[in-house]
Amino acid sequence: MTARTFRTPAIILKRRDMGEADRLVTLLTPTYGKIEAIAKGARKPTGSKTGHVELYTRADVLISKGREIDVLAQAELVEPFLPLREDLMRGAYASYIVELLDRFTYSGEGATPGLFVLLNDTLTRLCQSDDIRRAVRYYELQLLDKMGFRPELQECVITHEMLLPIDQFFSYVDGGVVAPEGAPHTTGLISLPMPTLKVLRHLQRSTYTQINKTRIPDAVHTDVERVMIGYIRYVLESRLQTVDFIHRIQHLD
Amino acid sequence: MSSAVPEPVTKLIEAFSALPGIGPKTASRLTYFLLRAPASISQNLSDALDDLKSKTVLCSTCFNITVDDPCPICRDERRDKRLIAVVEEPLDVLAIERTASYTGRYHVLHGVISPVNGVGPDDLKIRELAQRLDNDVLEIIIATNPGLEGDATAMFIQRDLAGKGVKMTRLARGIPMGGDLEYVDAVTLMRALQGRSEMG
Ligand SMILES: [Zn+2]
Repeated sequence: MTARTFRTPAIILKRRDMGEADRLVTLLTPTYGKIEAIAKGARKPTGSKTGHVELYTRADVLISKGREIDVLAQAELVEPFLPLREDLMRGAYASYIVELLDRFTYSGEGATPGLFVLLNDTLTRLCQSDDIRRAVRYYELQLLDKMGFRPELQECVITHEMLLPIDQFFSYVDGGVVAPEGAPHTTGLISLPMPTLKVLRHLQRSTYTQINKTRIPDAVHTDVERVMIGYIRYVLESRLQTVDFIHRIQHLD
Repeated sequence: MSSAVPEPVTKLIEAFSALPGIGPKTASRLTYFLLRAPASISQNLSDALDDLKSKTVLCSTCFNITVDDPCPICRDERRDKRLIAVVEEPLDVLAIERTASYTGRYHVLHGVISPVNGVGPDDLKIRELAQRLDNDVLEIIIATNPGLEGDATAMFIQRDLAGKGVKMTRLARGIPMGGDLEYVDAVTLMRALQGRSEMG
């Protein structure tokens, strides 16, 4: 017999209007993973205990188990991540990291250890960092790791030899680096210049505190992004809608 | 659904169920009400549904729903040409009109930027808003809903129209009427403080 209600921290990932005044919300929780619940009366500004369910905020929520769908009985805003609401680019990147998480996880499949902390930390970094792309790339590599798609960056995935400090290739299909000697034995390779590989390795192996001290030149950033977005698109087998929006904003000025 | 229910009944229940805010129970109740009610009620409903799509268009200026193009507000010479309130949906025009205190004109975006749901700036009437800006327009009041997506849409429009020589304002956000400070979230309270106004 499981409890009829439970209280948990939650980050609001998605919300969709339902009926006259209700909302269906998708939440990420540390213990129960991704869950969906209905917030009754959430669209009315007054008189609702769940009116503060806003995208990409952290709240303490009370969920009551329903027969068909769980109900969000109470929500208390804990962390509004304000800069995401006041800066178009920070907000757009928040949509991107949430889209990734949403595509990689399924409601009701239980928690992935460390995922809640990773999302919470990344939203915090998006609010504070002077290099938001660095925070986003770090998130991508940590997320791929947790989801079982950790790219191999230490040795050639074809020859299994250690890599020489020269330009390499990257294979989406094989999920890792391919050395020039391995290249004839596989297809669909993209280029992987040495400076890009160095940054990727650093992002994959270091703590964020270490990453935070590293300055990544603009050109390298652009190239790291090319490899990461390409690989993630391949793994998810789809285009990422938030990436198009980010590019659109980058070209506004 | 059981085969004891005739097909025309099932069909209407399913049609009602597809509407927002109507679950299977309400859909059944409405259907059985119509079955028992005089035929004129069904006929009126059916006529109204026919007219809804066949007799309405979007206003080619403000994109509100209208019978005649341009819409009555865009045609009304007494409405202030210098002010345009930008709203998400036609229902928001009604909400502002109900205040009876706004004399400017409107622009309906038909949604809000929501990249996660595949809605980008080009899916809304943002380009059409830029095309409306002439020497007459002095101020654009961005009246999208408060919240991440409404705020992002407001910021996007602000950046997109920057340098066109028009003043851009955002609706003030505050405590709802009948609301209790104790239950107001921190963000709303903070913004209400920022947007406080002098008394007297
Ligand atoms: Zn009009």
